[in-house]
Amino acid sequence: MGFLDITNVTKSYGNVEVLHKVDVEVQEGEFLVLVGPSGCGKSTLLNMIAGLEDITSGDISINGRVVSGVHPSKRNIAMVFQSYALYPNMTVGQNMTFGLEMHGVPKPEREKALADVSKLLQIEQLLDRKPGQLSGGQRQRVAMGRALVRDPDVFLFDEPLSNLDAKLRVDMRTEIKKLHEQLKTTVVYVTHDQIEALTLSTRIAVMNGGYIQQLGTPREIYDTPANIFVATFMGSPAMNIVPAKIKVDNGVVFAELTDAEGQPKLLRTVQSNLAAWDGREILLGIRPEAITDPDGADRKSTHLERLDNRITVTEPAGSDTFVTMTLGGRDVIGRMRADADAAAGQMFEFAINMEKAVAFDPQTEDRIRPD
Amino acid sequence: MSVATQDTAISTGKITRALIYLVLLLFALFYLLPLFVMVANSLKPLDEITGGNMLALPQTWTIEPWLAAWSTAQIGVEPTGLRPYFINSILMVVPAVAISTILGAINGYILTKWRFKGDNILFGLMLFSCFIPFQIVLIPMATVLGKIGLAGSIPGLILVHVVYGVGFTTLYYRNYYAAVPSELVRAAMIDGAGFFRIFWRILLPLSGPITVVSVIWQFTNVWNDFLFGASFGGTSQPMTVALNNLVQSSTGVKEYNVHFAGAILAALPTLIVYIVAGRYFVRGLMAGSVKG
Repeated sequence: MGFLDITNVTKSYGNVEVLHKVDVEVQEGEFLVLVGPSGCGKSTLLNMIAGLEDITSGDISINGRVVSGVHPSKRNIAMVFQSYALYPNMTVGQNMTFGLEMHGVPKPEREKALADVSKLLQIEQLLDRKPGQLSGGQRQRVAMGRALVRDPDVFLFDEPLSNLDAKLRVDMRTEIKKLHEQLKTTVVYVTHDQIEALTLSTRIAVMNGGYIQQLGTPREIYDTPANIFVATFMGSPAMNIVPAKIKVDNGVVFAELTDAEGQPKLLRTVQSNLAAWDGREILLGIRPEAITDPDGADRKSTHLERLDNRITVTEPAGSDTFVTMTLGGRDVIGRMRADADAAAGQMFEFAINMEKAVAFDPQTEDRIRPD
Repeated sequence: MSVATQDTAISTGKITRALIYLVLLLFALFYLLPLFVMVANSLKPLDEITGGNMLALPQTWTIEPWLAAWSTAQIGVEPTGLRPYFINSILMVVPAVAISTILGAINGYILTKWRFKGDNILFGLMLFSCFIPFQIVLIPMATVLGKIGLAGSIPGLILVHVVYGVGFTTLYYRNYYAAVPSELVRAAMIDGAGFFRIFWRILLPLSGPITVVSVIWQFTNVWNDFLFGASFGGTSQPMTVALNNLVQSSTGVKEYNVHFAGAILAALPTLIVYIVAGRYFVRGLMAGSVKG
């Protein structure tokens, strides 16, 4: 039993099931991120935890209490909305204490909670202002303050950073992370931004089409994605997915792929159970940072494979240079050091870290797990 | 070439501008003329009017016609002046406007923030009520008022005007509240506010502009209504009916100066409402229609 249990929860609108048997157990103090493209059901799930939408079947319990049918205000949760949803006619202070007032908390206690939280978030000087007079970042803080004042069991965040500009978003991300480390409250956080998911969470649930595709720590999700959807959704640039044929030679398993000229190239794989796929096609997944120039390769890796290929495009990005080549008929992006000697049209020697490569079944698109 | 065009643009600009102002001035005079005639003649003794010059300023200024219109003029058979009817109108218009505005606000709140099955059909039907001509409902309304015992009374008139007004006020508030994000209501729900608390503490404080629109609209309509007042007023007829009885009386001398004063008295409250709240009116109408 976790602190927040989502057991076999489904959601239907009429005959359309939008959420299929979702099962998640969240431990106290965990930071769970629900991530997925729009329409994947992540916000619906969050709203069901909040009690803003009914559960079609299954159970949700918070802190050992089944909350189905319990009014949102009695679930001891607090929510931060995408639009912040600050009450425009009230001052910041009134906004933050409105929930306490509604719950009949006496004024001195409300004042104290307000003082504590506004100090924590450094918004003391804003308390008498109206939301309309605040900047985006300040509104975001106030919205978080309004949630914090309640001292809830679970915090729910619904894409709280997507209305901010890029720089502020990064700052607030760090801020939220800091706050969580400090307060250790349980958080469920919805976002479509995979970077937010990876940086903030202790665990991630990647969702698509109403299913949880994979539930795991950021490292698990990133290094060992359960299927091609997870592999390509998480990480930027996305993981390269290349068709390859398995060849076994003297007990050594090779993946054969074609280079820019259509010539076959062999890469030795580390995954021995791929031998069962001898002569068949698989999809090989390689992250851009596992494809480097030889000098920039991970020196600790025991399976660095060299591959000569022609460069199609180079994209200098300041800290790195992204290099595109054609492999297995598809564009494959590698991440070189900024000063790597790569130019479009040239032949180049790539170093591929096969320890980090993953294999997918082309039919099911699921990962072929090593034994 | 561009210089040349600009040059001509400036010179024609001056001429057209002068023409525009001239036309506007003429229109303004044209529209102000009736008001001038009314005010000027209401401040003259009667013999100056019957003497023939309606457009002249008074030679002897007098407020006698105003006093007569207000308290001693013959309305129908009673020499009461317009005062009791003015009071009737106030007693009718204030509750009618207040009740229809409050109902419209609550309806708008429910139709946008507490959606239910068939809410759009219900709203469509309420909108439909805006297009029903008064004359059609006279007889059914008379039956209903008679059955519930409100015929010929001010509460009866209030009921009629509320029923007729609620379609409009619902339309205003619904369109206005449609622009208010639903996340506000959700946040308030999580904060523990109930149905009326959310309305009272969150939605209503945002409703200033649209309330002005609703109040002006309802006030003007209810105050100016003649048909319902004449049909259902009974012994407590509103100002408009009394004004008609004053002006249309067919015996005795026609006291035009008193009639003018009476007509201005009848128009004064709506005029005041417009002057006081008018600049919010346009703003509120825009807010309601454009964002909705």
